[in-house]
Amino acid sequence: MTKDAILSVKNLNVILEGEEIIRDLSFEIKENEIFTILGPNGAGKTILLRTLLGFLPYKGEIKWKKELKIGYLPQGLTQLKVKELPLSVSEFFGLKDVSQEKAKYFLELVGIKEKAFLGKEAGNLSSGQFQRMLIAWVLSDNPQVLLFDEPTTGVDVGGEKTIYSLLYRFWKEKKLTILLVTHDLNVIYKYSTRVLCLNKREICSGPPREILSPEVLEETYGSGIKFYQHHHSI
Amino acid sequence: MISQSILTLITAIFIGGAAGYIGSLMLTKRMALVGGPLGHLALPGVALALIYHFNIFLGALFSIFLGIFFIWFFETKTKLPLEALTGVVFASGVALGFLILPMSHAEEAIVGDITKVDLLDAFLAVGLGSVIFLATRKIYKKIVLTSISEDLARARQINIKKINFIYLLLIAFITALEVKIIGILLTAALFAIPASTARNLSKNLFQYSLFSTVVGIISALSGIILFKITNFPAGPLMILSSSLSFLLSLVFKRKKAY
Repeated sequence: MTKDAILSVKNLNVILEGEEIIRDLSFEIKENEIFTILGPNGAGKTILLRTLLGFLPYKGEIKWKKELKIGYLPQGLTQLKVKELPLSVSEFFGLKDVSQEKAKYFLELVGIKEKAFLGKEAGNLSSGQFQRMLIAWVLSDNPQVLLFDEPTTGVDVGGEKTIYSLLYRFWKEKKLTILLVTHDLNVIYKYSTRVLCLNKREICSGPPREILSPEVLEETYGSGIKFYQHHHSI
Repeated sequence: MISQSILTLITAIFIGGAAGYIGSLMLTKRMALVGGPLGHLALPGVALALIYHFNIFLGALFSIFLGIFFIWFFETKTKLPLEALTGVVFASGVALGFLILPMSHAEEAIVGDITKVDLLDAFLAVGLGSVIFLATRKIYKKIVLTSISEDLARARQINIKKINFIYLLLIAFITALEVKIIGILLTAALFAIPASTARNLSKNLFQYSLFSTVVGIISALSGIILFKITNFPAGPLMILSSSLSFLLSLVFKRKKAY
């Protein structure tokens, strides 16, 4: 592990129920990077994140810097998941013992200044509001590293932009390290310091503008490439 | 000497309240009907208790735990879904129970008999009911977080297996307590109906768990009062009281912004 690295992964192999999900993956993440993981569905991105968090069995080496506070946002956490509960926003923060005042402070940071917001039912928020609240929720215990798995699923285009620009702002202000899984090449070009193309194994890794050639994308995505080229040319 | 009526009231309040409280969690985890099969699993033990004159709670608890053990054991041996295995075990339990249950006691086993509550029952209801309430309170937030996202819970170092085990244990205990007052047939109702009523009336978790507990207590009390007036079995009257609370809650239901 080099000096300013916060995570070092060496020869990582993940096999789940006899199926090889990740093969011989090695990489390092340094402090204050925005490290994105790019790849098609089924490439093992979510599994990789969950393995890094220690939820799944693996072979190889995963080393986090000591006493690191990690904030994690799993994939597909939408307001629908809390809808069956009458859970207020304030109680949602209470689930991780964050006080009302602290919740209010972090909600203001993500641009929610409405006074009555803490009393609202979390399940009835709009998807954009809910996602912003989640970011405040993750930030509320001052993590140094954020692991976000497609944080804008189910959010409209405008909301998506807001969320990424918010994340970018916090990254700059709070000197965070961000590990992000996304499909969105625009986001990667705009914000990412380094990208890892994953399709069970490493296809490429490096700064996005240097390494994301059409050939590399084709190798990562297979037949999905046309859509992404189109996307890129806008 | 404490009168029979007081013992009965105390027992019903503690069991109804604790069941209502934990029931609010069970509705959120879509587990509300678990109490049903668990109650049915109690039948062989209840039958034995009635034949050999020992405490029904102990019989029910023993037989519920034996049932859970079999479900767990079969789960390790097969790839069948938990629901299917629960079905197999609880149906077998009920069938076996009916073979050995003396028919003269059938009503007591199926819908409960509140008039036979003794000092030990009241003591168990107060002691265990309080412990179940406090333990549920302790795991409440963790279960809620787990039901929203298991990964989010894991990231907060919550041991999901341990929490779920404690949760199931608490449900098993309260179900065994319920059998005395409402019988084996309707155990699920004391979890599901107060929670459903409370869900209609509340806009946050605090209100929800509070209302669910209160509705559980009021239903238990009204069941007993109605029993004194009508002489119908108290168990079904308790359930019908909570059903009435549910119907009333529909009238007051807050407009949902779906």
